[in-house]
Amino acid sequence: MSVAGGPGVIELEDVSYSYGGGELFSNLSLTLAPGSFQFLTGPSGVGKTTLLKLCYGDLIATSGRVKLFGTDARKVDRDGIALARRRIGVVHQDCQFLDHLPLAENIALPLTVAGRQAEAEQNLGELLTWVGLSHQVDQLPPQLSGGERQRAALARAVIVSPDVIIADEPTGNIDWEMSQRLLRLLVELNRMGKAVLVATHDLNLIRAAKAQVQSRVLRLKGGRLQAAGADL
Amino acid sequence: MRRFSLLLSLLAGDPQADRAVPPTGYTARLTLFTAGAMAFLAVFAMALASTSGRLAERWGAELARTSTLRISAPEAQVDLQTQAALRVLESTPGIASARALTSEEEQALLEPWFGAQLPLEDLPIPQLIEIVEDAEGYDATGLRARLQAEVPGAMLDDHAAWRQPLVEAAGRLRLLGWVSILLIGAATGAMITLAAQAALSANAQVIRVLRLVGARDVYIARAFVRRFTVRTAIGAAAGAAAGTLALAILPRGEVAGGFLDGLGFSGAGWLLPVLIPPLAALVAFLATRAAAMRSLEAQA
Repeated sequence: MSVAGGPGVIELEDVSYSYGGGELFSNLSLTLAPGSFQFLTGPSGVGKTTLLKLCYGDLIATSGRVKLFGTDARKVDRDGIALARRRIGVVHQDCQFLDHLPLAENIALPLTVAGRQAEAEQNLGELLTWVGLSHQVDQLPPQLSGGERQRAALARAVIVSPDVIIADEPTGNIDWEMSQRLLRLLVELNRMGKAVLVATHDLNLIRAAKAQVQSRVLRLKGGRLQAAGADL
Repeated sequence: MRRFSLLLSLLAGDPQADRAVPPTGYTARLTLFTAGAMAFLAVFAMALASTSGRLAERWGAELARTSTLRISAPEAQVDLQTQAALRVLESTPGIASARALTSEEEQALLEPWFGAQLPLEDLPIPQLIEIVEDAEGYDATGLRARLQAEVPGAMLDDHAAWRQPLVEAAGRLRLLGWVSILLIGAATGAMITLAAQAALSANAQVIRVLRLVGARDVYIARAFVRRFTVRTAIGAAAGAAAGTLALAILPRGEVAGGFLDGLGFSGAGWLLPVLIPPLAALVAFLATRAAAMRSLEAQA
C-alpha cells in the first residue's frame, strides 16, 4: 500500500517503541500540522532520534499508530515509504551525503531518484544561492566545512519542496553564527507553510527561534513527551 | 505483467542510478575475471559435448555398417580359405561388399603397436576381410553357420561386443560436457552473488542515503544489477573469444597423433560460443537481482 495524498501531516497516536528488551517510550502522541514549528528536546539517549525516525518511516512503532499523510505506516510497503519520504525533508547531524558525488549532485539527489532531473536543473541555482553555496557546487562533501555541509543538507531536504522538514541536531557541529543562519532558513521555510520539527539540545537556538516564529517546545523525558514551559 | 515491467526497468539504462553507487575496482575486476574464466571453461565443455556427440553418432553409424572376418589357417590354406570366404560373402544377402586387406593395409593397422619395420611375412598374421553391409544388413547367425561349414578357419566379428560400450562412453562424455556447462553456470551465479553481496555490504551507507531521499528499491537495485550484468557480459565475451581461439589453434590429429583430433565444433557449431555472453549475463542479472533484493530487504 502506498501513501496517497493526505492533509499533509504526520501523526503519532499512542505510539510505543521498544528496543533491546526495554521500552524507550510509550503512549506518545504527536502531530506535525502544516505550518507548525516544533522543537524536540531531552537528555541524550532518551529516544529523540528514534522518535524522528518513526516520523519519516525509518522505524516501525512497537505499538500505536503512525500516520504518514493520512495513511497508517504499517500498511505501507517499502515503495510507499520511499514515496512518502519524497514529501519529508530530513536533515541529519552527520548530513549523510554520497561522498563520491559533487555537492550539486548530492543536493539534487531527491529529484534524481524521483526521475525529476529537469526540475533539478531549474531549481538548483536558486537553491544554492539561498543557502550560500553557489561557489561550492563542484566540491565533494568531505571538502566542505561543517556549516556548509549542514546548509547543503538543508538544501537537499527542501529541493523536492517537501511538506515536512525534520532536522536531527542540525546545529550540533557548527558555530553560533552558522546556527543562526541555518535557523533563519528553517524559519523562512516554515513561513512558506512547511511543518518543521527540530530535535536539539541547543536551548539558545530554541530561544532565538521563539523570537522569530511561533513555535512549540516538546521535551522527551522518562519515556513521556511533555510540552516544555517557559523555564527554558 | 508487473514482473515484466520490473525486468525492463532493471535492464533499462539509468546513468544517474549508476553514478549513485561509487565504482569499486575490486569487485569489477573480480566479476570480469570470474566471467572470463568461466566462459573460457564453458567453451571447452561445449566443445567436449559437441565432439563426443559427433563421435557417438559416427561410431554408431560406422561400426554398425562394417564387420571383420578373420581367417586363421595354415599358410598353405590361407589363400584358398580367403577365396572361399569371399565367395560365401558375395552370395550373402545384406552384404554390400567384401574385400581382403592387403599385407600393406594389415601392416598399417599393426604399425602403431609394432612400428613400421614389422616383418609381416615372418609372422602368423591372420588374413582380414573387411565387410560392408548394405542398408538391410545381414543375418550374422546364418553367416556364421555357413562359414563354419565352408571356411573352418574363419571367425566373424560384427563389432557388436565393443561397439555398444564405445557408443555409450561417447554418449556419457557428451552428458558430462552438458553437466559441466550447468555447473559452470551455477558456479558463475554463486561467485557473482558473492561479489554483489560484497558490493551491497560495502555500499550500505550509500543505500541508507538513497533511501533517506526517497529512492525505491528498484532504483537502488538497478545500479547494482546493470553494473554486474554488463561486467559479466564483457568478461564472458572475452573468455568465450579466448576459448574459441584456443580451440581453433589446437594441434590437429596429424600433429598430435590423434589424441586431440576432432575436439572442437563442426560447421555452424562454431557459433555456439556466441551464446555464452548472453547466457552469462542472464545468470548475472538473476543472481545480482536476487542478491540485491535480499540485501535491501535485510537492510530495510
